[in-house]
Amino acid sequence: MSWLPTLIKACYFLAALLFILGLKRMSSPRTARGGIVWAGYGMLLAVLATFFLPDMHHLPLIAAAVLIGVSAAWWSGKRVAMTAMPQMVALYNGMGGGAAAAIGAVELIGYVRNLALLHPAGIPDTSPLRPESWAINALQPVADVVLLSPLELGLGVLGALIGAVSFSGSLIAFAKLQGWLDKRFVFAGQRVVNMLLLAAAVLIGIALAGGHASLALIVAFFALALLFGLMMTLPIGGADMPVVISLYNAFTGLAVAFEGFVLGNEAMIIAGMVVGAAGTLLTQLMAKAMNRSIGNVLFGSFGAAGGEAQAIEGAQKPIDGADAAVMMAYAERVVIVPGYGLAVAQAQHKVWEFAQLLIKRGVKVKFAIHPVAGRMPGHMNVLLAEAGVPYDLIADMDDINPEFPATDVALVIGANDVVNPLAKTDPASPIYGMPILDVSAAKHVIVIKRGKGTGFAGIENALFYADNTRMLYGDGQAAVGELVTELKAIDA
Amino acid sequence: MIDGFLALYIFMLAAFTGYEIIARVPVILHTPLMSGSNFVHGIVLVGAMIALGHAQTPFEITIGFIGVLLGAGNAAGGYVVTERMLEMFKPSKPDAGKGSH
Repeated sequence: MSWLPTLIKACYFLAALLFILGLKRMSSPRTARGGIVWAGYGMLLAVLATFFLPDMHHLPLIAAAVLIGVSAAWWSGKRVAMTAMPQMVALYNGMGGGAAAAIGAVELIGYVRNLALLHPAGIPDTSPLRPESWAINALQPVADVVLLSPLELGLGVLGALIGAVSFSGSLIAFAKLQGWLDKRFVFAGQRVVNMLLLAAAVLIGIALAGGHASLALIVAFFALALLFGLMMTLPIGGADMPVVISLYNAFTGLAVAFEGFVLGNEAMIIAGMVVGAAGTLLTQLMAKAMNRSIGNVLFGSFGAAGGEAQAIEGAQKPIDGADAAVMMAYAERVVIVPGYGLAVAQAQHKVWEFAQLLIKRGVKVKFAIHPVAGRMPGHMNVLLAEAGVPYDLIADMDDINPEFPATDVALVIGANDVVNPLAKTDPASPIYGMPILDVSAAKHVIVIKRGKGTGFAGIENALFYADNTRMLYGDGQAAVGELVTELKAIDA
Repeated sequence: MIDGFLALYIFMLAAFTGYEIIARVPVILHTPLMSGSNFVHGIVLVGAMIALGHAQTPFEITIGFIGVLLGAGNAAGGYVVTERMLEMFKPSKPDAGKGSH
């Protein structure tokens, strides 16, 4: 059966190729659906091939674990609501990090066990790793024992550290977005404590990688790494979570690549590294869209900017549903700017119904989406797609901003900070410098809003007081429902 | 066992590949793509299977088993949510964008 190892290697190669082609296809809306299916076939192929690797033991146990893990995740993934997508990605990502850490742990323990075999004198009788306790010790003669090289040990330890941090950190991110952990956990000297935790974990890691491995050190190493991931994520607020999840996604990719090197598995190295690099870039793009640096997200807190905020002149001018509907019914171009408030109110279906009525009247309708609308870049697009909005009616910030001066009505629903002109004009504002949607350049702006309060970040919005802005107060779902009714009345 | 420098080359080329794939992605696909890349590192399942397959002591077997459970969760969960999101992306007309001209 000399062809079998070659066949398995070919399967891993094909899997790596399918992952890269799949991700490439996922980068365009037209081919995206096919992309995930391709990558899925790659995964299936790689997993099946692994069962046929030489010297694999505990096959029934492996099959059982795969079956349980797949069914549980499949079941939960099918049921989760689209608004909860970000925390589900965090959860599954944490699992991947945990798996990478587990690989590192097994390899390290195996290293200590092999050391014991080569130097039995140095091992106490009480060690759980003594050869008598081995499940399959007869299969491995002492002469065949190959210790991990220093490079393999080093990368194995590094991958385990990154994976463990990603595991506990992602679970905290999940709990926060799920609403199980509302409070920010902050105390004096937190940064120092976190740095000490990391330093201790790194020092023990260096000792392990240097070959001074023992069971006690391994346990201490993982405890510290997990604790660090926990402590690092706890003080970060919910608004910054997308950046953190994306960062941990990149972390897990790196951890997988490093553990892939230890195991000599090229598919893991390539897939892990591709995700590590892609995830890092994605994290930077997100942080940039939110006007936050990654360092600021991890170690700073929101609203640290000093100085006196500019006073806003004027008053908010209300409008009723009938006038707003007439205004848009006879407009030539309408741009709808949805925010997360729209999704919370579950109003995306009503908005699409309204947009369709306008389109039927010959109005040119577009949806404008800020990069951080929703809870994660692109989340809003998913929520609109769920309501049936075709993706070619959805424009991103860079494409739509030059079109606002030629827009008759900009309808803002549940968005606040991403349309706040103070981000451009007031250096003292905490959101100063954040790129925004230029809705105030439109001829008329209608803002649907619950009441007169400030936005998510607690910042006053100059747009609401502008001369060309009218406020339509009410719950998103109800207000859009009113617009639909009024529009139908015009048509009747 | 992979030669150290060969691995370094693989690391480098794979990193560039990942970077280039993401560099041209429209914002509307960021969430599905993050989810999709989350699925791709589900390949960790393969590593966890190998680790469990070579485990000797009960301690190693337990940790390996947990690793395979978690890895399987990463792969399956990542696939299902990504597929669900991408399935919803549709153009205006059924045949738009298919280049039928």
